[in-house]
Amino acid sequence: MSEEDRPRAGTTPRYSSVSIALVGSGGAGVMTAGNMLLEAAAHAGYYALMTRSSGPQIRGGEAAAMIRISCVPIDCMDDHFHVLAAVDWDNVHRFGAEIPLGPDSLIAGDPDQGEPHAVFASSGAAQARVPLKKMAKAIPEGRPNMLLLGFAAMLVGLPDDSVSRAVEKSLAKRPAALPPSLAAVAAGRDAAAAVERRYMLAPSPARGTPRWLLTGNEAAGYGAIKGGVRFVAAYPITPATELLEWMSPALAEVGGTLVQAEDELASINMAIGGSYGGVPSLTATSGPGLALMVESLGLAVASETPIVVVDVMRVGPSTGIPTKSEQSDLNIALYGLHGDAPHLVVAPNSVADCLRTTQWAVELAESLQAPAIVLSDQFFGQTRAVIDVPVEFDIGTGPARLVAAANAPGFKRYAVTPSGVSPMAIPGTAGVTYTADGLEHGERGTPSSQGTDHLAQLDKRRAKLELADYGAHWADVEGEGDLAILTFGSCTGVVKEGLSRASVDGVRARLVSMRLLSPTQPARLAAALAGVRRILVIEQNHTGQFFRHLRAEYDLPAPVTSLRRPGAMQFNPGDIHRHLLEWSRS
Amino acid sequence: MSEALTHTDFKSDIKPVWCPGCGDFGVVNALTKALAKMELRPENVAVVSGIGCSSRIPAYTTCYGFHGVHGRALAVGTGLKIARPDLTVIVTGGDGDGYSIGGNHFLHACRRNVDMTYIVMDNRVYGMTKGQASPTTEPDWDSKLSPDGTGLREFQPLVIALSAGANFIARAFTGDPNGLADVIVQAVRHPGFSFIEVLSPCVTFRPEQRDWKKLVKPDAVKPTADIARAARRMLRDTGFDLGVLYAGTRSPYAPRGPRAQRDVRELEARFAL
Repeated sequence: MSEEDRPRAGTTPRYSSVSIALVGSGGAGVMTAGNMLLEAAAHAGYYALMTRSSGPQIRGGEAAAMIRISCVPIDCMDDHFHVLAAVDWDNVHRFGAEIPLGPDSLIAGDPDQGEPHAVFASSGAAQARVPLKKMAKAIPEGRPNMLLLGFAAMLVGLPDDSVSRAVEKSLAKRPAALPPSLAAVAAGRDAAAAVERRYMLAPSPARGTPRWLLTGNEAAGYGAIKGGVRFVAAYPITPATELLEWMSPALAEVGGTLVQAEDELASINMAIGGSYGGVPSLTATSGPGLALMVESLGLAVASETPIVVVDVMRVGPSTGIPTKSEQSDLNIALYGLHGDAPHLVVAPNSVADCLRTTQWAVELAESLQAPAIVLSDQFFGQTRAVIDVPVEFDIGTGPARLVAAANAPGFKRYAVTPSGVSPMAIPGTAGVTYTADGLEHGERGTPSSQGTDHLAQLDKRRAKLELADYGAHWADVEGEGDLAILTFGSCTGVVKEGLSRASVDGVRARLVSMRLLSPTQPARLAAALAGVRRILVIEQNHTGQFFRHLRAEYDLPAPVTSLRRPGAMQFNPGDIHRHLLEWSRS
Repeated sequence: MSEALTHTDFKSDIKPVWCPGCGDFGVVNALTKALAKMELRPENVAVVSGIGCSSRIPAYTTCYGFHGVHGRALAVGTGLKIARPDLTVIVTGGDGDGYSIGGNHFLHACRRNVDMTYIVMDNRVYGMTKGQASPTTEPDWDSKLSPDGTGLREFQPLVIALSAGANFIARAFTGDPNGLADVIVQAVRHPGFSFIEVLSPCVTFRPEQRDWKKLVKPDAVKPTADIARAARRMLRDTGFDLGVLYAGTRSPYAPRGPRAQRDVRELEARFAL
């Protein structure tokens, strides 16, 4: 091997965060290697994220495992990658936009597999040539992806035993594959020893708290179960499928059930049926499925049947880009229902928060007898993250659903009450049977076309959401100053890191990451924004859906500008940093 | 609360919206008779429906009821029965609700074979929207929406249900509430997905259906578990042969794989490092 563009000699800097992309054609095993690298980083005490990208082929297309390892908790990817390591270069140039490199980066590849595409080479990154295939061939059953793992781990200074542990864990069920894999990892490490350019991580922080390795989809699934969900109806859709696949065996372990439905119209109605039966119920989907579910969300509103719909947002409209993240379902989530149909919309703002917020959504839906939409997105859903064990919300609402006692005198399912919440009779309970109805109805549930009944029930359904106390969870508010940034969902992590960098340059701003998007919280937002001079709204969509929503629904106390970008063009912290410098000085 | 209930105990005090002479009155009578005969309690029965004239049935009973959106009754019933297997679930509706907008759910409910009963009141017309052709309407039936008819051949619910996997298939007539009640009892007691086509005349938009009482042939068939024989019957009969045309032996839907009642926190082992 050789190394071009050797970096200047001197002491090796220590990095608090390093980003590595492993790429290769289908079957090259870069995802396996990426998962092992993530796990190794976790064992070594670091925090980490891994996102993935693949070509359009169903199977066997080129793939990229993009990993960021950090000494401190992280909620987004970095501006660029330090290391791009390739098993081969077939079609890998497709990932050019997703794997930005710089002159300080290193491109490592097998010279026998060709040269890096100009999209990478033009970055001015250094290049290391590692004959992966030849070296792997020298090891019986050795595979180039394991060489790549050892190579990357060595470049960033992950300890050998952490890597070995990750490999052992991954191959626990295939012990025969372990010795050649470990040998290949060792060979990769040796190959890296000859490379001068290094990205040595600073020593890992002491593990003060236990850590988890999971995706946002898994976190949301677990949050749902913690919130009490025991029935799920599922129709597969990228990028929500893994949430449902995680829940299927998990529910079976805790006495719940998941059923695969014939379409999204069925899945939401099955969930409504399960919930009508007294079992907290959920379905998960993405934009196209949410669009199909909208009519029945209205049914849940009118019949006051609690359900939770997790929308793992992807690029729209129509089929859009199923594998890329975008925050463009905000409009349909907030305004998609016909009629005046108050409902809950919440948005988690980190992988860890997918757990909390989904759990909260179940508890809100149950206690308020209304549908709740959880706006997650592809970034959260499919990112594997090493995180501190999430701190749960202190909700303390007591028994979640207000249910009618048997033979309750004068029971009226839709009785108008001061809180707007009326006891719900659960099938099996004697003396309080009723018919739930999507038709407008009187207090008993009997269909009514009278304007007075319509108004009374509209008021009831609005009141129960508006009178509820959402506590401090409506938003995460931090920072001080007379500038304010409003954002939600997966932009939060990027904005936080960008703001943190800008603060080094003297920018001081408040950050409001809104978790409760519906019903609106005008008094709380007014308090959070008291005294601000200017407001910046940051979101990941083309039309500024959040910006428009805020302008329409809130009396914002200062001039507002919008920073937005469609999906598949994610913001990175550097983008936010630069924008904040410009904005704060303008 | 354990004294025997009569069919009137299953009838609510809500006055139906139906036209005088509507066939659906007979279904309320038959359903409530069947529930009393089976000695069920109203609180342990859920009647689920979609949208249309016949979908108003749940509120006319004293059972738990769910009147949802158009075409999705089978999905609601499926979710309810899987989440609450202890309940007796009866899904009701019309030919437009079940075979047109809800057609996909009909196919998959037959396949899934959840232990519930589906009663379709077929009058070959959309009544609530004042007289349009439904999937079972004759091709040349004239209407404002489809002048001179749709030109489409009629949907064949029974043979489609059979091929899709329904475990019990019967045809009944609302003009004979006792006979219908008897079929409902058999359907509810038969394991798996039971489907009853009920000929239920629409006297307003299809007044000629008053003649159905002359066309029906009560007890024309005896149950068979032979699927080929059942299919031949369904393909050849006039549409007015009453009785149980098929009673199969498929096992009803049940969640598969190992099940447990572990503490929720044990799931965290999946994430722990």
